Amino acid sequence: MSSSPSIAIASGKGGTGKTTVAVHLAAWLAGRGHEIQYLDCDVEEPNGHLFLKPEIKAAEPAAIPVPVVDMNRCTACGKCAAVCEFNAIAMLKKPMVFPELCHGCGACTLVCPVDAIREEPRDIGTVETGLAGPIRFAQGRLNVGEPMSPPLIRAVKIRRDPAAIALFDSPPGTSCPVIATVRAADFIVLVTEPSPFGLHDLTLAVETFRPMGLPFGVVVNRADPADERVQDFCRQQEIPVLAELPDDRRVAETYARGELLFDRLPEWRDRMAALWARIEERL
Amino acid sequence: MKVVITSSSQTLAEPIDMHFGRAKYFILADTETGHATAHDNAQNLHAAQGAGIQSAETVAKLGAEAVITGSVGPKAFRALQAAGVKIALVESACPGTEALRRFKDGELPVLDSPNSEGHWV
Repeated sequence: MSSSPSIAIASGKGGTGKTTVAVHLAAWLAGRGHEIQYLDCDVEEPNGHLFLKPEIKAAEPAAIPVPVVDMNRCTACGKCAAVCEFNAIAMLKKPMVFPELCHGCGACTLVCPVDAIREEPRDIGTVETGLAGPIRFAQGRLNVGEPMSPPLIRAVKIRRDPAAIALFDSPPGTSCPVIATVRAADFIVLVTEPSPFGLHDLTLAVETFRPMGLPFGVVVNRADPADERVQDFCRQQEIPVLAELPDDRRVAETYARGELLFDRLPEWRDRMAALWARIEERL
Repeated sequence: MKVVITSSSQTLAEPIDMHFGRAKYFILADTETGHATAHDNAQNLHAAQGAGIQSAETVAKLGAEAVITGSVGPKAFRALQAAGVKIALVESACPGTEALRRFKDGELPVLDSPNSEGHWV
């Protein structure tokens, strides 16, 4: 492989332990001397920084280009509104732009036959970069009230350096922000939990990622020997179970203090080592 | 005067659809002649976003001067205002015929600000 791999940590259900797995994998790999980039793509609520405690060295605004129509030139032909996939332009007497719906694709500017549309940047958030010890850290922070996260996620991902192993901490769910995060990753780790909700949302995630042709495996967090429904599902679907991380109150306590687990629970080093071995054999 | 009634079906005998942007049908009615035609709004009903805006465009294109519905969100409101379309409100999903009669009798309040929160998928 010419470049180092990129791994997306996703879930389906929220609160299953994506960030727990991502930050510990990052810290363990960095401890082994690998060059690591941790990219927090959960831009609506980035929280990897609580555990990695990076020193932020730069914060750059991220913007998308939105159309501004010169009404003196506009002939009200309606082509801009017709081409917009996102319903961001209404063709009333003249075109009316709703910038908060615009994804910044630029199609309207391209199709305007009289060059009446120019593009202006609209800030959607900030990309912060820095260092957490040896880990190169980047995260997006979406502006409060801002619905448009995929362009900010892409702005985080372009910080990726192919020389380092990249870990993309994904938002939960299966919608556009998740797709923006996992797209072009070499492997997806799906973190789930042994609950009906965990299994339900894992099923959705599998249905989402399978047609994308991306390889993935499952980590069962807070594993419960009395409930093997997730493992049964994975067996049935021929999805590799990469790790089962046992339910442990001490994990919750340490996590709640914003600390990494390795000092109090050194066995987590072995767990991350085993998890990485399972991922690596699939790359 | 031409008005659009948001409707749950293709006839005015059936109840109004209380949602503007994602109404199932728009019924264009002439208040003088009583002539009415139904227009499917399926495309906007299933839109991921911007349903209200595009519905406002549809209503404007139909040539309506007013729309009778139950609720209008902030973006649809702005678009309807820009198109010069008045918004008349019913408080419950009554039959379209009743809504039209009350509109003609001046019984329906005309909306001067959005009465519904915007929402995202």
